[in-house]
Amino acid sequence: MPTPILMPALSPTMTEGNLAKWMKSEGDKVEPGDVIAEIETDKATMEVEAVDEGTIGKILIAEGTEGVAVNTAIAVLLEDGESAGDISEADLQGAGGAESREGDSAAGADNDAASSAGSDDTGAAAEQHAGKAIENRDILHAQGKIIEPPPFDEAAFGETYTATVREALRDAMAEEMRADERVYLMGEEVAEYQGAYKVSQGLLDEFGPKRVIDTPITEYGFAGIASGSAMSGLKPIVEFMTFNFAMQAIDHIVNTAGKTLYMAGGELGCPIVFRGPNGAAARVGAQHSQCYASWYAHVPGLKVVAPYSAADAKGLMKAAIRDPNPVVFLENEMMYGQSFDDVPVSDDYAIPLGRAKIERSGTDVTIVAFSIMVGKSLEAAKKLEEEGISAEVINLRTIRPLDRYTILESIKKTNRIVTVEEGWAFSGIGSEIAALIGEHAFDYMDAPVTRVAGADVPMPYAANLEQLAIPQVDEIVHAVKKVCYKD
Amino acid sequence: MASAGKKNKDKPKLKTISNSNPAPSPEEMLDLYREMLLMRRFEEKAGQLYGMGLIGGFCHLYIGQEAVVTGITSVKEDHDSVVTAYRDHAHMLACGMDPKGVMAELTGRVGGYSRGKGGSMHMFSKEKNFYGGHGIVGAQIPIGAGLAFTHKYNEDGGVAIAYMGDGASNQGQVAETYNMAALWKLPCLFVIENNQYGMGTSVKRSSAGDLYRRGEGYGIPGEQVDGMDVFKVQAAARQALDYVRSGNGPYILEVMTYRYRGHSMSDPAKYRTKEELQSMKDDRDPLTAIKDMMQDAGIDEAQIKDIDKDIKAIVNEAAQFAQDSPEPDPEELWTDVLIEVKE
Repeated sequence: MPTPILMPALSPTMTEGNLAKWMKSEGDKVEPGDVIAEIETDKATMEVEAVDEGTIGKILIAEGTEGVAVNTAIAVLLEDGESAGDISEADLQGAGGAESREGDSAAGADNDAASSAGSDDTGAAAEQHAGKAIENRDILHAQGKIIEPPPFDEAAFGETYTATVREALRDAMAEEMRADERVYLMGEEVAEYQGAYKVSQGLLDEFGPKRVIDTPITEYGFAGIASGSAMSGLKPIVEFMTFNFAMQAIDHIVNTAGKTLYMAGGELGCPIVFRGPNGAAARVGAQHSQCYASWYAHVPGLKVVAPYSAADAKGLMKAAIRDPNPVVFLENEMMYGQSFDDVPVSDDYAIPLGRAKIERSGTDVTIVAFSIMVGKSLEAAKKLEEEGISAEVINLRTIRPLDRYTILESIKKTNRIVTVEEGWAFSGIGSEIAALIGEHAFDYMDAPVTRVAGADVPMPYAANLEQLAIPQVDEIVHAVKKVCYKD
Repeated sequence: MASAGKKNKDKPKLKTISNSNPAPSPEEMLDLYREMLLMRRFEEKAGQLYGMGLIGGFCHLYIGQEAVVTGITSVKEDHDSVVTAYRDHAHMLACGMDPKGVMAELTGRVGGYSRGKGGSMHMFSKEKNFYGGHGIVGAQIPIGAGLAFTHKYNEDGGVAIAYMGDGASNQGQVAETYNMAALWKLPCLFVIENNQYGMGTSVKRSSAGDLYRRGEGYGIPGEQVDGMDVFKVQAAARQALDYVRSGNGPYILEVMTYRYRGHSMSDPAKYRTKEELQSMKDDRDPLTAIKDMMQDAGIDEAQIKDIDKDIKAIVNEAAQFAQDSPEPDPEELWTDVLIEVKE
């Protein structure tokens, strides 16, 4: 059957081109891969190759013709035994004609049903879906919906113990490694040195070098190796000595771990925990003192967690390891040594990701914070109480998915909000919360949303300047008074 | 599976292969011809569908390089895992993935392997142990070592095969991975498909030294092989996989090949001469070579014609399926971002 040769698109943006030159004449035999013509696009001159075997029966567009639209028939190819006389009107048409004819061919015959059920059906299917209630919380989050977080009662876990944040993290990892053979820990100094900050103390002794693995100082490489192992069935925990060094590996965190599930249409994902200290420590200078919360929170395929207390650290770490998705787990070096007496003992204790905790109830103003800034906010709330202001303090615990519900319910009550974060204000977590309130609680607000954040400078080394760069309790107090019009 | 007893006590040496393999049987020749022809016809069809506007964005064709993945796959085992970069259609076909599903992914339809959400560069199959399909040059190499890590962790006897181009071999993370793979003796075969050009930059202008020797400092043996001859690739891969599977750690195979088309569909490939391309097509074409071999071996022309016809039908069927399969439901926009955790 005569087949039209169509004007091809030779780049993602090409709509027309010039037929510069015919390399074959009518009557010439062609094989797949033979160059038959040269086409000029807006960028270059490109060769067009034959896809099928046959004879050029008729040239429809003469060489030198300009502005030939993509999918115009430029020639007709004849099979063995056909002559130019066999060319019908339909063969001279462009892509439309070609498609309908292919649909009739033997190869496509059993696809006819699929074809007629094809694109027309899409609209109907969409309509049907629109009527269906979506119950998937992650989809609702992705769509920016406000949904009530999963119920969670910490007190129900009963017995508690006293632990530092450091110990709580270690305990969480050890419990999950005991429970699941697929879980392993990899990172710089995690094994023999027992952790650069001693978070992995004792794990090598208990689990051995197969599951507690010292790496060379090659963050990009080992983040990729761990991601590959997660794609093929293991559940790695990757420790970065600090998240500042994870910048070397951010490609694998975002492009590999964060996008695989979607790119694979759900065929496989990347269950992995990237953990380590984030934000400023003390006097370590600009390259070791950055908060990356908003960087990772920007990415749809990642979950981002930032514990404050030891109970947070244990419950969130256990949930992160169990989660089938990639989780970025932002710890804080200044918190490692802090002790808390309310860490649940139970192996079942895991805090659902995506749920904030109201650390302190209040009526006049909401303070939203995460990680070390929760402690500073609680201190500020105490000071404010002395001055007659009742502050509610929300510990976000998970930054993505953000517990929008708890924040909004709080400000419906207090009508005022101050966000606190160690990172820079620009495009920060506070900015996201401000947008949330602008979109969903504008009418509830009695004062502008106010952000307390790190100074918009690289972290200085000098002790006094560093203090000025990091949010302090008095700044939070001041910001709260301002939104309460009491400054 | 190769016996795990064969341990190389001596430092691995770099060697050039002596091609002492037995002559291939007619069946083997026909099988490999069929495999390579499927890749070539599939890619030509993809190019045509691209020209018709049915495939969008980037589309990197494998035409010319067929002997590489065909030769290596012919000696791998089913439970071995594979990962590659973005010139990946042939690797999927070689792993046994359905041409219909691959082509439908190229057209962005729901019948595609990623239900239209991945595209030309992003397809995966757990069933076939194919782990992508990656768009970041070099990133598939630590991922491949990670697949090898899993094989070793699970002690399942499998190895990982991680493909890269000559361009990727210069990435820092490739060097990082060589180090860790050697240090931890990961069962990983690194295949450098040296097609002479990293996009438009000749390997001579981008790469110092020999790519197959890049592992020397880490004690990883390497070897260069003619990638236009499927039997040479096969012989080298057999030896390399045996080395890796026996617990010796990684191995680097640099396979010298050539791509006939541009880097992607919109690349006119003006950085090389027409004569260079033509001489590769005329004198080194892997399909012509195996056809000549089959002729010399006295294989019936009709058998070859049957394969040609068969492949044509398979590719046409794939192309038809890729056009008939509907676009993904709009709801698909929101699925597969995260796996839902039931509380």
